[in-house]
Amino acid sequence: MKFSEKWLREWVNPAIGSQELMDQITMAGLEVDGFEPVAGEFTGVIVGEVRSVAPHPDADKLRVCQVAGGDEVVQVVCGAPNVREGLKVPFAVVGAVLPGNFRIKAAKLRGQPSNGMLCSESELGLSEDHAGLMELPADAPTGQDLGDYLGLNDITIDVDLTPNRADCLSLRGLAREVGVLTGESVSEPDLAPVPASHQEKPQIDVEAKAACPRYLGRIIRNVDLSVATPLWMVEKLRRSGIRSIDPAVDITNYVMLELGQPLHAFDRAEIDGGIVVRMARQDEELVLLDGQTVKLSADTLVIADHQKPLAIAGVMGGEHSGVTEKTRDLMLESAWFEPVALAGKAREYGLHTDASHRFERGVDYELARTAMERATALLLEITGGEAGEIVEVASDEHLPDAPAVTLRAGRLAGVLGMTIEASRVAGILTRLGLSITDQGTESWTVRVPSYRPDISIEEDLIEEVGRIYGYNNLPVTEPFGSLAMRPREEAVRPLSAVRDFFVANGYQEAITYSFVDPKVQAVLDPDREGIPLANPISSDLAVMRTTLWSGLVKALEYNQKRQQPRIRLFESGLRFVKDGEKIGQQPMLAGIVTGNQLPENWANGRRQADFFDVKGELEALFSLLGVEVRFAAGAHPALHPGQCAQLFLEDQPVGWMGSMHPQVQKKLDLDGTILMFELFLNPIVSGYVPNFKEFSKYPEVRRDLAIIIGNEIAFADVDRVVRDNAGERLTALRAFDVYEGEKLGEGKRSLALSLFWQHPGRTLNDDEVHELFDGVIQALQNELGATLRS
Amino acid sequence: MENLEQLVQDGLTAVKNADSLQALDQIRVEYLGKKGVITQQAKTLGKLSPEERPAAGQKINEAKGQVEEAINARRASLEEAAIADRLARESIDVTLPGRGQDLGGLHPVTRTLQRIEQFFGNAGYSVEQGPEIEDDYHNFEALNIPGHHPARAMHDTFYFNPGTLLRTHTSPVQIRTMEAGKPPFRMICPGRVYRCDSDMTHTPMFHQVEGLLVERNVSFADLKSTIEEFLRVFFERDLQVRFRPSYFPFTEPSAEVDIEWGREEDGSIKWLEIMGCGMVHPKVFEYCGIDAEEYRGFAFGLGVERLAMLRYGVNDLRMFFDNDLRFLRQFR
Repeated sequence: MKFSEKWLREWVNPAIGSQELMDQITMAGLEVDGFEPVAGEFTGVIVGEVRSVAPHPDADKLRVCQVAGGDEVVQVVCGAPNVREGLKVPFAVVGAVLPGNFRIKAAKLRGQPSNGMLCSESELGLSEDHAGLMELPADAPTGQDLGDYLGLNDITIDVDLTPNRADCLSLRGLAREVGVLTGESVSEPDLAPVPASHQEKPQIDVEAKAACPRYLGRIIRNVDLSVATPLWMVEKLRRSGIRSIDPAVDITNYVMLELGQPLHAFDRAEIDGGIVVRMARQDEELVLLDGQTVKLSADTLVIADHQKPLAIAGVMGGEHSGVTEKTRDLMLESAWFEPVALAGKAREYGLHTDASHRFERGVDYELARTAMERATALLLEITGGEAGEIVEVASDEHLPDAPAVTLRAGRLAGVLGMTIEASRVAGILTRLGLSITDQGTESWTVRVPSYRPDISIEEDLIEEVGRIYGYNNLPVTEPFGSLAMRPREEAVRPLSAVRDFFVANGYQEAITYSFVDPKVQAVLDPDREGIPLANPISSDLAVMRTTLWSGLVKALEYNQKRQQPRIRLFESGLRFVKDGEKIGQQPMLAGIVTGNQLPENWANGRRQADFFDVKGELEALFSLLGVEVRFAAGAHPALHPGQCAQLFLEDQPVGWMGSMHPQVQKKLDLDGTILMFELFLNPIVSGYVPNFKEFSKYPEVRRDLAIIIGNEIAFADVDRVVRDNAGERLTALRAFDVYEGEKLGEGKRSLALSLFWQHPGRTLNDDEVHELFDGVIQALQNELGATLRS
Repeated sequence: MENLEQLVQDGLTAVKNADSLQALDQIRVEYLGKKGVITQQAKTLGKLSPEERPAAGQKINEAKGQVEEAINARRASLEEAAIADRLARESIDVTLPGRGQDLGGLHPVTRTLQRIEQFFGNAGYSVEQGPEIEDDYHNFEALNIPGHHPARAMHDTFYFNPGTLLRTHTSPVQIRTMEAGKPPFRMICPGRVYRCDSDMTHTPMFHQVEGLLVERNVSFADLKSTIEEFLRVFFERDLQVRFRPSYFPFTEPSAEVDIEWGREEDGSIKWLEIMGCGMVHPKVFEYCGIDAEEYRGFAFGLGVERLAMLRYGVNDLRMFFDNDLRFLRQFR
């Protein structure tokens, strides 16, 4: 809500400066978003009078004018299309300084002397309008300082109102608030009824009584809308951010700003029969004032005549029935629409108007008649005409009741944390217009005025008292509460431990959007459909991620394009997958790695990170978390078929890791070898609580062997066969060398293993170890076709 | 016996000239070994009379001792030289960088969240999580934002269908926690939230921390101290805080919180809006089955990126989600 400070001060004029006034408004909960002068900074501009206009001898578009206003009549060359004899205009005399520090000097234009400049609104910083000279009223006193004449020593204050304070969407409401804050009395303009001077009454039928509990119409005949809106009104509208259109529209806007009641003027001649307030018929068409044609839906309230819709109620009028310069008779509408009935309607049609903004938030339900009288008086004053009688159709059962609300002193003190003197509480309530109907020893019962529909329960009153008393005047105390301890499972490691692990291993944490590019995701996770947003912000952020890789590959690409060859990123967060009718929201942990395994320097070399680097890191993570995760060869559409592992905890799949599939990489236009992993977070962070076991004091025995086996046999198989055959005293099995080479023959590889045995109660003797070792070798030969390497 | 003196002189010279521990050992064997030339002198004692023998024997021993002492001294010095030599050979340039992995880092949002969680955790608040795809009821309805409410316009909501949406704040977690438990409550709800808005100062996803305290006797004054204390420990400064009346459908009274952030030209305090708060609205308690006459509560909410920007001097919100390594590495 924008308004002029001077206008506000016509209503209430506390003896404080502009800044203090704005501070007080802000601290009362009506946040001042900003303010700006109502005009640019200028000096030496006066009301000038164009005495004569003659063509320029050497330029078609320039005119040579004689202008009065300064010490003497001077010649000014002017190019504005609307310059004419007798016109009153802002006149920047020689020596004037216009906004932007533009100094006016005596000059020659195409050979003709020009002593000063006639100004447009934009040249004075009044508006963007630079189509022609600003035209001042004929009675503007020639020679008067323009700033004094227009009262430009003023600012426009912009208040960012919260949706509950619809009452402050008017000068009257703001003035009321300032009055409460400053204790200053508030004066109102003359709001007296205008008596009828003709008998014509509009016929009004309200079908939709619940949505429109009150509708007022009045016919005003013989108006002249060709007259200019008076400058004082144009200026007040301008300073409130509203452009002058014609006197009828300006007056309805003016009264809306002044009192808060949106009004509408129809051209009487365009109303077929009478007014019908009804719900729209599905797909009925209406051309709105802004020129667009809308197809109405059946839940939209319209103002219609006996044939057709004329306006979307409380939102915007129709073009056809709007007033024009030629309008002789008009019908003025003032109504109260139920906020819930109008809620969201404007938005459905892509509209947001001053009227819809107010009606949705709640207009004073007792205001319609007052506003109608005020607008009528202004119309008659400005455009002439005769007013008819007001026809009011009201449905009391659908109009709100003024609620009675009780505030208990104990509750007030409990919520605010202090006791405020009873007289002070009563004073605040009364000044806010909440008349106290019953004052007990420990409570106040108030009647809520019609302009405060936001007040209906005790908390609303507590807030009002606290707000006016001043939040910053309330005490500051520390809360007291229970010191009970909360349980925490030791076996479950916090996410912070996982994050710290990755940080210690050179990973940078990333946070990517939860909605991703469906095209990228289709490449990485083709078998799963991402849940689409109904209203995505853009097509590349249109579906929910089914894998954290969708965001991480974008982060990788972003960094690769910025000369970052070595990238190690991890992220934790939810993925979103369809689970039948439900939506699965699963916490995941994912990472992506490319470039050198270690930062390049003299000692680290420049070896590229490979599968086993990342696998080693994950293994270390799992041992940190206390879970035994098994890596099995697997197939995932995003991963290289020969470098892809599916991870299992017992038999539960807990994730994937591997190198990015070259095809996928090509489609995503990424460089280098890329390793990726993604794990389900919940199962892997649930480890165990350590349970001490006695350890053996006896020596450990080691035996090494090297075998040659087929490439198709996984180490996991070798591991299983060894463990199955090495007896219960085997304590460790390590592969210390893997070799493939020509001399082994195609499809073969050599594995060198170390086996360790230890007995808890005695030294193992050579024979028994030898026997076990032999058994292992036999089993490897029999079960896996291994041969002993000599 | 003149011979003995000569032998000693020869031995001492040899020791002096010995340039290695091996050479020195040879000299020891040559002079003092079983068959060493000085040791052999003892055989001459047999030719002497018993009266002469002790003196001669002592002379031989003295000669042995003299050479032995020289050998020991020489050995010590050779050993010392050997160590010095080894140390010299093994010297390295300790200013060269070390070997191994470098350190990664936490995202600044995580870093900020962890600090916030710690402050409130120390004050006995639990950390609660909840779904990000929410239903209309938990995101709006139960927070006293019915379908027609103008406040819905303040939340530019991402929808999947009319009843399912991306949460616009983490308040639904408070609702879910209250539904599932019994008061008192003391919790914070950190997490991702979503608004359909994207420009210089808005990203369609950001992080919030919302806090809630429900006790029998809690007041706006308690809320004030909680917020003030939090802001001071967060910024590690004794900054001024002010509470400005505002409006949220789920709290009443409601306040915006401003902190002192520099000075205006005229020397007055420059206030910066930093978070919102208020006393839990009775309607919200009603939805959660809590008796608003018995319990009261306060709630607050803040934007994590905004706090991180102020704390670390980041000037562009969008950088938090570019994941540019040059940005991320500054927060390790």
